[in-house]
Amino acid sequence: MEHWAPASAPATADIGPPPLSVVSRLVRDPKVVGASGFVLVLIVLAVAASLIAPKDPLAQNLLLADVPPAGFSGAEPGYLIGTDGLGRDVLSRVIFGTRVSLTVAFVAAGLACLIGSLLGLLAGYLGGWIDTLISRLVDIWMAFPPVLLSILLVAVLGAGLHSVITAIVVIDWTRFCRVIRTETMGQAQMDYVVAARTIGFARPAILFREIFPNVVPVLIALLTLEMGIAVVVEAILSFVGLSVSSDTPTWGGMIAEGRQLVHEAWWVLAAPLAALFATVVAFNQLGDGLARSLDPVLRR
Amino acid sequence: MLLAIVVNRLAMALVTLAGVAVVVFVLLRVVPGDPVAMMISPGAGPAEIAALKAHYGLDAPLFTQFWIWIKGVVTGDFGTSITLHLNVTEVLAARLPATLELAIAALLVAVILGGGAAVVGTLLRRTPGEAVIDGLNSILLAVPDFIWALALVLLFAVALPVLPLTGRIDPALAQGFVTRFYLAESILTGRFAVAGNILSHMTMPTLALALPLAAVIVRLLKQSLKEAMLQDYVLLARIKGFGELRLVLQEALRNAVGPTLALTGVQFTFLIGGTVIVERIFAYPGIGNLAIDAVINRDFPLIQGLVLLFGLIFILINIGVDLTVAALNPRLRHA
Repeated sequence: MEHWAPASAPATADIGPPPLSVVSRLVRDPKVVGASGFVLVLIVLAVAASLIAPKDPLAQNLLLADVPPAGFSGAEPGYLIGTDGLGRDVLSRVIFGTRVSLTVAFVAAGLACLIGSLLGLLAGYLGGWIDTLISRLVDIWMAFPPVLLSILLVAVLGAGLHSVITAIVVIDWTRFCRVIRTETMGQAQMDYVVAARTIGFARPAILFREIFPNVVPVLIALLTLEMGIAVVVEAILSFVGLSVSSDTPTWGGMIAEGRQLVHEAWWVLAAPLAALFATVVAFNQLGDGLARSLDPVLRR
Repeated sequence: MLLAIVVNRLAMALVTLAGVAVVVFVLLRVVPGDPVAMMISPGAGPAEIAALKAHYGLDAPLFTQFWIWIKGVVTGDFGTSITLHLNVTEVLAARLPATLELAIAALLVAVILGGGAAVVGTLLRRTPGEAVIDGLNSILLAVPDFIWALALVLLFAVALPVLPLTGRIDPALAQGFVTRFYLAESILTGRFAVAGNILSHMTMPTLALALPLAAVIVRLLKQSLKEAMLQDYVLLARIKGFGELRLVLQEALRNAVGPTLALTGVQFTFLIGGTVIVERIFAYPGIGNLAIDAVINRDFPLIQGLVLLFGLIFILINIGVDLTVAALNPRLRHA
């Protein structure tokens, strides 16, 4: 943005261009722009699924089972990506599937972030036996294979969206806790914290008003990455048959059906898998871009 | 002292494993869900149900159940599987080799692919080739084993039907083995046709597990290699007239490999965690696939045994990584 530089600015090389604000750095990053655009499209699809989807995602038509996508021999007009084994429209099911995926992405990742970073802040700032206790808990958690633990939790809690969200929160709070604990320990050594303590700020005030804002950039990047992870975990649980009931379309459930039909109707697997892939990549690129733009260390 | 590290880490490992044991034991029992309900015939009366519960010790108080289980675990007896009616230790011993062969094959593939791409990326640095590798890798970093496994199914089931989609070995060939390490044994005894058959079954699950780890290796190793290439000792070797490839492989790699080694160890535990779902997708008969069945059937003794086994493997890998890093770093070794 060259017009930002005042015309009278001295042309000395050692000052360099004025530092860009976080927002303008983000807008300049094609990865961030593309990824957030994609996530926005997903949100619109999820909210307005019943307006956008061409067909009822649950309507069966056994006379039109395993219809291939448009352009392949045997394709039927109106079924752009074909139908599944029960004659349901694959495109409409993928569109409705965004609802469960995004719900899990936002709710589960958000709650895991809240709990994990709260415990991380406390462990990192207070130290002592609280830190030992929380760190040991994280160690025990990390000794479980995450996929196995999530399947175990959902099997125990009973299949369904609530269980899936609970399982993701219970497992993935450690991701936030570990990173935020380390960040907080680093921040607690900084001069501004020492200054705040000298002035006589209370400990909660120092932790939440002084340290917390400096941890937020890392938190946002982690949260975005966790959204991608949560979408995959939901798909895995749907695949194993432990997520929402089978009459709600989910990408994982479609993937499980498509896996069985792969020789007869590959598109039933390919379409939700492509949606899952694109979503995971988008959240990841967004998290990466945010981390680079928000983190003063990674920033050049 | 290495010995002090070992003793310290083993003590910590025991505490963690005890925690894992308590967590999984309590988790399975605090929430309603009855393994006996899964196995009785529909017409069974209350007396039969009570008899079955007594048979598996599920009628005892929680603490007594835990005490009996832990006493057994310490002596290597994990109880009897409720669905398989077999000793859990024997079931695990029969299934573990399949998973170990798969995980180690995936680790090797990841190191070769990731290491190779990192070296090529370093040789191509500041060229369009490096940008291509970086761009591809930033996408690969996002894709988990679950997606890879299904993409490979799609590729090899539809476009290129040359690989078997399920299983570990052609059942007709699964005879005359002394151990359960089918791949290692068939190679060591020179039965290469059998080994080839096993490898064709392992190709897809191995790739699905290896690709995410390879992406992590590429990113970190390439970064370390590029930094090492700017050091004086590389400049000196360059002045001596060494070729670029030799500079990377002989001078830079040895000094750059440390952080990657440590990270690969940590990531290897994630890879083993990934076997749960990848084995499921390919109906590969290892402990991961077994674990999903055990959970769905609420086979308490089997779940407990599996979770402890996974925990033990994770902890052993972490200790192994710490020791390797310490052994390779002279400053840590004498600390």
